[in-house]
Amino acid sequence: MTDRPVIAIGLGALVFAALAFVPYMVDGYGMSLAIAIANYTILATAWALFSGPTRYISLATVAFFGVGAYTVAVLGEVLPWPVVMLVAAINGCLLALLVGLSTLRLAGIYFVIFTFGLTELIRQVVTWYEVKVTSTVGRYVFLDIDQQAIYWQLLGVAALLFLSGYLIGRSRLGFALRVIGGDEMVARHVGIDTTRAKLLLFVLSALFMTLTGAIMAPRWTYIDPAIAFNPQVSFQTVIMALLGGVQRLWGPLLGVIPLTLLFDWLNAHFPNHYLLILGIVFMLIVYLLPQGVAGALARLRGLRSRKERASAAMKEARQ
Amino acid sequence: MTALLEVSGLTKRFGGLVAVREAAFSVNEGEVMGLLGPNGSGKTTTMNLISGSLKPDTGSVRLEGRDIAGRRPHAIARGGIARTFQLVRVIDDMSVRENVISGLAFRENPLWGVSANVEAEKLLARVGLGGRGGVFAAELTYVDQKRLELARALALSPRLLLLDEWLAGLNATELDGGIELIRSLANEGVTILMVEHVMSAIRRLCSRCVVMNAGAVIAAGETAAVMAEPAVISAYLGDEDD
Repeated sequence: MTDRPVIAIGLGALVFAALAFVPYMVDGYGMSLAIAIANYTILATAWALFSGPTRYISLATVAFFGVGAYTVAVLGEVLPWPVVMLVAAINGCLLALLVGLSTLRLAGIYFVIFTFGLTELIRQVVTWYEVKVTSTVGRYVFLDIDQQAIYWQLLGVAALLFLSGYLIGRSRLGFALRVIGGDEMVARHVGIDTTRAKLLLFVLSALFMTLTGAIMAPRWTYIDPAIAFNPQVSFQTVIMALLGGVQRLWGPLLGVIPLTLLFDWLNAHFPNHYLLILGIVFMLIVYLLPQGVAGALARLRGLRSRKERASAAMKEARQ
Repeated sequence: MTALLEVSGLTKRFGGLVAVREAAFSVNEGEVMGLLGPNGSGKTTTMNLISGSLKPDTGSVRLEGRDIAGRRPHAIARGGIARTFQLVRVIDDMSVRENVISGLAFRENPLWGVSANVEAEKLLARVGLGGRGGVFAAELTYVDQKRLELARALALSPRLLLLDEWLAGLNATELDGGIELIRSLANEGVTILMVEHVMSAIRRLCSRCVVMNAGAVIAAGETAAVMAEPAVISAYLGDEDD
């Protein structure tokens, strides 16, 4: 919002520092809501980091999230926590490189379908491996990490994500992504290595999703492929990001907060019709707010300033 | 005169259709050369082969002696060949200034930040869009979008500029302005290869021409002489009935 990096980064740091005190102010239910919001804030913002400027709709969010969770399930009790996180990060990046190299030449609907199919493929492969090789379907995650620790870790990752997003938005890489989203042919002919730029951002975005899955894993105690690779996570991420608006770094946040509260309420009151209502919410958002809340706000502001300009011009003409 | 661009044996097939067949010509340093021919004769394909949008099946494209045929377009753009598009392509939801900066930020000696803004303003002034940097590209008229596209191509500070029907669709006044603009670039020493249908513009701008028909080069040389060749006349107007 402001053009002075020191001020913007300073303000952001203040906000995150204040949010670190949330666990001291809320009860258990409040804490679980805060974790859910932090979780989806990272997923939706990381998703928008890549999909916002390029307009490539990825449904692979939960593939990375699940890989992070499974890394913890397999290695959580064997290795120290920081090492587990590092391994999860490496796994996520390697998977993203593989996916990126094979899909980023696709465009439009083909990319959407491929990322969705890929997530299902990974889930099936993990299920197959667990049944055939380890002879279990589920795993227990017994780690001594409480709610507060999970929240603070998510907050730390979110801070890092917003800082990266802010710096990328001001960099040539961020600009390159916008040019690619605008017209990929033009992007290539002004000297942008489009494959490399897209791959870089895709991997970075996946890294944050993987870390989130790893941090969230201890909350479940029990995970199986259906939980860790639940496609609903990918869909909800897209819905939230689109509702908030993907053209600005803070846009997805405007979708995450109301929708996390709404989904939580729906899940409690209409558990059987949940998916149906989710679908309706999705359609309403796409029809009514194609630019998201952030885009609608900007348009309102633009409308007002245009009116002001018009009335100023009228006054001038009269004089 | 030294050849800046040398094309030889250039061939491109699309399935059974040979769009460009063994094309060969060269563009000299500092000249404005026309690439002519009836619709479907392979002009735009040739442009795409030079700029890297398409990979040739065989043949070579040499820029200052280095073969660049088959390289990826971003590498060719950084290597000194900029282009405009047959159907104007600007990024609608970016400002005019940002559109020009997209040409400055990824070239071999990239500009970014304040220096990019300053240079973008200069380029906009040069194509007649001075002071319009803040508006969205979508708000420009057709001819101004063409000017913007030209500014973006010039931003790459190219050794060779490819103009694909840049003058098409302009009215008489705009056409005169457009011709003057290209002439001023030529006077500054920019080497230009232009695909064009507007004959008056070709006569006024191009010292030499290459004419293509059905994928092959059928004539090349001084513009006036080429225009008078029977093969060129029959390509455009058809053969006389015997």
